Amino acid sequence: MQDVFRIKDFDIKNRLFVGTGKYANYDVMRQALDASGCQVVTVAVRRERLVDAQGRSLLDFLDLSKYVILPNTAGCFSAEDAIRVSLLGRELLEKQGNKGAGWVKLEVLGDKKTLLPDPVGTIEATRELVKEGFTVLAYTSDDPRSAVRIKEAGAASVMPAGSPIGSGQGVLNPLNISLCLELLKEGDPHYPVIVDAGVGTASDVTIAMELGADGVLLNTGIAHAKDPAKMAVAMKHALEAGRLAYEAGRIAKKRYATASSPFEGVISYIPGE
Amino acid sequence: MTIKVNGQEKEVADGTTVTQLIAQHNLTPKKVAIELNRRLIRSDKYETVLKTGDEVEIVTFVGGG
Repeated sequence: MQDVFRIKDFDIKNRLFVGTGKYANYDVMRQALDASGCQVVTVAVRRERLVDAQGRSLLDFLDLSKYVILPNTAGCFSAEDAIRVSLLGRELLEKQGNKGAGWVKLEVLGDKKTLLPDPVGTIEATRELVKEGFTVLAYTSDDPRSAVRIKEAGAASVMPAGSPIGSGQGVLNPLNISLCLELLKEGDPHYPVIVDAGVGTASDVTIAMELGADGVLLNTGIAHAKDPAKMAVAMKHALEAGRLAYEAGRIAKKRYATASSPFEGVISYIPGE
Repeated sequence: MTIKVNGQEKEVADGTTVTQLIAQHNLTPKKVAIELNRRLIRSDKYETVLKTGDEVEIVTFVGGG
């Protein structure tokens, strides 16, 4: 049976969301996306280049029948700008007839250096975008209380960061991510939580999934790997491994060893006995 | 008349519509979205005639995470 999860009216068949930024070229991007097995890909909204506009655009390199596009509001530092960008992204996707027109990956950032989210702006923008009919997937820090406020503002999914965007530092505070999961899913076990940002390598994805995240969104970890397509395969397996381990249920951590082989019947001398 | 397109001042003929502005930049209407004075305008309003001082944003998708 396929492992599907749901974000409002989006049924997601693959829990890995992959970004389209920072690849050496579009062919490398296409190979990596294909290798990752992802269904959801993120894109950014930017000014069209008015000089040299003959160049082919991202839209020419994405199979829009295969992928659900998740437009982001990256680069926005106020709720107002994030709303403008969301509306533009929706308009573009409606023109393509892509289902992604209904949702947005909301980023309201605090500053250019850390790219950490501004919680107040994120909450304001979430409220407005929900009124505009968007399914809002809100990028946030790993602060559990902010995550709850954003859910209360109407976000269809909260996406806490493992570590700063593009930093490759992985899941820096697993305790906070697990608290986000616990609080967001309290009495609402199917509420989707996606760990977004910071993934540096495959094990980071596994850790996020083992904690109980519904999915992982990443970009740089694949795009800037030496071999992006190979890393995409690694990420895919890492996600599956983490999901399976979560479902299977890990053992409790213990202070001391517990022997796997019985002591009964040993012929050896046991110190202290 | 002078308008601003993607932050740059441009001279365009009086009576220029949004559709004409898109065509002048060799762009495909389906692959862009347009803001006029910070408000989204939908395709069915692309025959709107631009006025002096209008600020137009023409955007598309680029790679992003």
